[in-house]
Amino acid sequence: MNTAGAALVLMAGGYAAGACLAVLAPSQRAARFFTAVGATVGCVGGLIAAAIVLASGQPVEASFPNLVAAAGGMVIGLDRLGALFLALVAAVGFLAAVYGVSYTAEYENRSSLRLFGLMFNGFLLGMSLVTCAANIFTFLFAWELMAVTSYFLVITDSEDADTRQAGLWYAAMTHFGLVLLLPMFLLMAPAAGATTFADLRAWTPTLPTATRDAVFVLAFFAFGSKAGMVPLHVWLPRAHPAAPSHVSALMSGVMIKLGIYGLVRVMFDLMSGGPAWWGGLLLAVGCVSALLGVLYALMEHDLKRLLAYHSVENIGIILIGLGAGSILHGAGLRALATIGVAGALFHTLNHACFKGLLFLGAGSVVQQTHTRNMEEMGGLIKTMPQTALCFLVGSAAIAALPPLNGFASEWLIFQSLLAGPYIPRLEIAVGFPIAVGMLALTSGLAAACFVKAFGISFLAMPRSDHAAHARECHWSMRAMMMVLAGGCVVLGLAAPIVIRGLSRVIDSVPLWAGEALPPSPRLWLMVPNGSAQVSPLLMAVLLTAIGLIALLAIQVRGLRIRPTDTWGCGRISQTPRMEYTASAFAEPLRRVFAELYRPTEDLSISVHPESRYFIQSITYTSHVVPWLEKAFYDPVTRGAQALATQVRRMQAGSVHLYLLYVVAALLVALASAWWFR
Amino acid sequence: MIHYVMIFVQTFVAVALAPALVGFIRWMKARLQGRRGAAPWQPYLELWKLLGKEAVVSHTASWLFHVSPFVVFGTSVVVASLVPLVAAPADPLIIGDLFAVVYLLLLGTFFLALAGLDTGSPFGGMGASREMTVVALTEPTVAMSIVALALSAGSTNFGQIIDRTIAEPSMALGPGHLLAFAALFIVTLAETGRLPVDNPATHLELTMIHEAMVLEYSGPYLALLEWGAALKLLVFLALAANLFIPWGIAVTLSPLALAIGLVSFIAKLAILAIAVAVLETRVAKLRLFRVPELLSASFVLALIAVMSTFLAR
Repeated sequence: MNTAGAALVLMAGGYAAGACLAVLAPSQRAARFFTAVGATVGCVGGLIAAAIVLASGQPVEASFPNLVAAAGGMVIGLDRLGALFLALVAAVGFLAAVYGVSYTAEYENRSSLRLFGLMFNGFLLGMSLVTCAANIFTFLFAWELMAVTSYFLVITDSEDADTRQAGLWYAAMTHFGLVLLLPMFLLMAPAAGATTFADLRAWTPTLPTATRDAVFVLAFFAFGSKAGMVPLHVWLPRAHPAAPSHVSALMSGVMIKLGIYGLVRVMFDLMSGGPAWWGGLLLAVGCVSALLGVLYALMEHDLKRLLAYHSVENIGIILIGLGAGSILHGAGLRALATIGVAGALFHTLNHACFKGLLFLGAGSVVQQTHTRNMEEMGGLIKTMPQTALCFLVGSAAIAALPPLNGFASEWLIFQSLLAGPYIPRLEIAVGFPIAVGMLALTSGLAAACFVKAFGISFLAMPRSDHAAHARECHWSMRAMMMVLAGGCVVLGLAAPIVIRGLSRVIDSVPLWAGEALPPSPRLWLMVPNGSAQVSPLLMAVLLTAIGLIALLAIQVRGLRIRPTDTWGCGRISQTPRMEYTASAFAEPLRRVFAELYRPTEDLSISVHPESRYFIQSITYTSHVVPWLEKAFYDPVTRGAQALATQVRRMQAGSVHLYLLYVVAALLVALASAWWFR
Repeated sequence: MIHYVMIFVQTFVAVALAPALVGFIRWMKARLQGRRGAAPWQPYLELWKLLGKEAVVSHTASWLFHVSPFVVFGTSVVVASLVPLVAAPADPLIIGDLFAVVYLLLLGTFFLALAGLDTGSPFGGMGASREMTVVALTEPTVAMSIVALALSAGSTNFGQIIDRTIAEPSMALGPGHLLAFAALFIVTLAETGRLPVDNPATHLELTMIHEAMVLEYSGPYLALLEWGAALKLLVFLALAANLFIPWGIAVTLSPLALAIGLVSFIAKLAILAIAVAVLETRVAKLRLFRVPELLSASFVLALIAVMSTFLAR
């Protein structure tokens, strides 16, 4: 067995050991450590395997035909595309596992950390297996393992009714995806015995167009529900805040990316691409997801839910890149298509990096302040300076500010969209400039949203006692955040080198083979036809140099600083109640987009019984109603409940009746087998 | 090498010229309003005075408050080094295109808005909230104008856009070009805090945006912010001037071409500055919640610009 294979065995062994040890641990405290030890060993194995495959391009293949032989056995195959995502799982998994040791300390009295350890390691194993799966059964098994374990992770805090509700939403949405995956693979498989991905790849070109379209639509919704695109995003803003923060970081940073992986695998690898409307659908849904995601994030004051909505936004941005790449490829503009796909994959990496960072940062804040409500935070930059710095880097990166990584990937996606007008068909080409406008609005709003998220949570005076008494979190948690913050900076500055690596990954997919980006100068990101270039590293160097020169120039004349109170128009002292709140910050945008938000407002004023001129209290509440969601999901949930009530009649409690069901089901199965023979 | 020197020199010229541009607009406005007005070089004296004063900093402020002025000034200078001013930049040396310019300016605004929130003053928060709203809503127009320019030039690099317009003068009078210019001009007013979006001369809390954010700043920090803001105005006007009416810009580095480039650059800036001054004496400030209407109008202009370029192909 070669090194990469051995590393994969180490990976699986590490996760399995972590799961078993956590369950058998003598105490809750030991369970925390065993969980992390197993997970880190597993992640190191995964990283080594991914690194070898990414570097050599030599796929790792193994098959275990006797393992669940009825379903075709387990087949493992790790190619470069899978290895990219495996690296993502392992890297973020490693950081989250180490972070979790200290973070889960507060759960010791509330939840079973043995069960948590089992599920955490199972979750990592499931995600890793998804990227290595090379036949239908293995893929579905891994997919379901990932879904079930993550459900248990979401409901870790199951005392809370909201958490249980969130778990229900999550379970429903993720199984909606699974239900679509089954017919999708059924349509793609040539025969019962030929279920490896290689078989599918050879078979799909012979499928009729209608079947291919059906496969695409099923894949789009199945993987889209996992990725969290609009309108299937409803579970994200519920499940992410409910889960422990390092699990949120894993789910938002990595798990939803596996939706993107599935889409790329099926749409571009197994199906070898399709007509223009496939890409068009990705592009359109991507634009809507990006814009709606950020707009709802703006109205959120729950720090973790805000981040969850931003995941919807970033998945939208990734879909825009993939859609643009797909359309351009179909139109024969293959070099420019590679830019779009490279941008999308790069953004996938970047989002894992900064969203992981932001969720870990939010976790530290929540651990210290015991609240997720931004209105009760404030002033944390002084009490938690390192967490604040990391969160600031993450905020700037997600707002696509240069020279950080978010800027580099969005720049590539913008450039691929600018190539739209070269498409000969006008009706398709016209969509591209509109996508540019929507993407630009999205990134502007994202900047506004993160000024709010960072400014209200970390700056000014503490808005509650909890915030005032916050202390810096454990060093192991900070260290993990710093690694990710460093990742945001390095991925941004070294973007041209990263793109070179990604272009090899793209080249390994047969559809895109032979379209590796032409080697560009080391410091520059470039569009293949030389129409645009940008160098994040040089920008950073210039910016630093000018800042230092300005500082030096000021120091020469002598910079004297006099500390005093904030200017307050003559009032005696400043209190946190005078500060701008998150609601106030978002108010102008709430008015601008009032049609979308449809806020409900409730104002009640209680006056003194003696005179109505003496006001005792004013209560103002306002809610944003996600009416799109309501309009779509209310009928669905009502219908499902009505159906469930009907189905309940079948459950009469009589064993005779159940035996009748069994016999009837058997007869129906036999009859259909005979009929379709 | 000579190109690097050129970029360095013209950036230096822009940084040196920026306060004069603001002073000139103020002087022009005063003349149009029948006042005598301060001399155009007044801002230099103000900057010198501010640089010598002590900085008063709130107890509440964190290190971010001290860093932000440098980020704002730094991004403005970097942007000035990216855009074409006296001479068109040569391709291999470009470290950023139009998108880089837009996002660098957003970086400055991001830090300035955070600094506004940092002191806990309600004014700062109000300014930050309004500024981010306006900036977010201008982004699509800026991007659309970029598309309109990139469509006709096939590139977002400044050098190529300018070359293409000079090669095909008829393009500059096409509807796509003119509409994109109008859209970008509205964006310039919004991004640089001019009337009718923001009033640079006000200190009334109901109306101010940019001034509210920088209210807590004083001394050298304020000088950096003012200088950065002036430079941002110069960069936007230079973009409007050189991308849409590039004639006069030096495409070679001969002394004559550079002299013509410098003179035409100053002349173009002066014309646009007069336009801004005239506009500011003629229009009143819009209510904050009417501003989105103006910005969506500019977006529609840019969209029509793109579509007309499409149809004209």
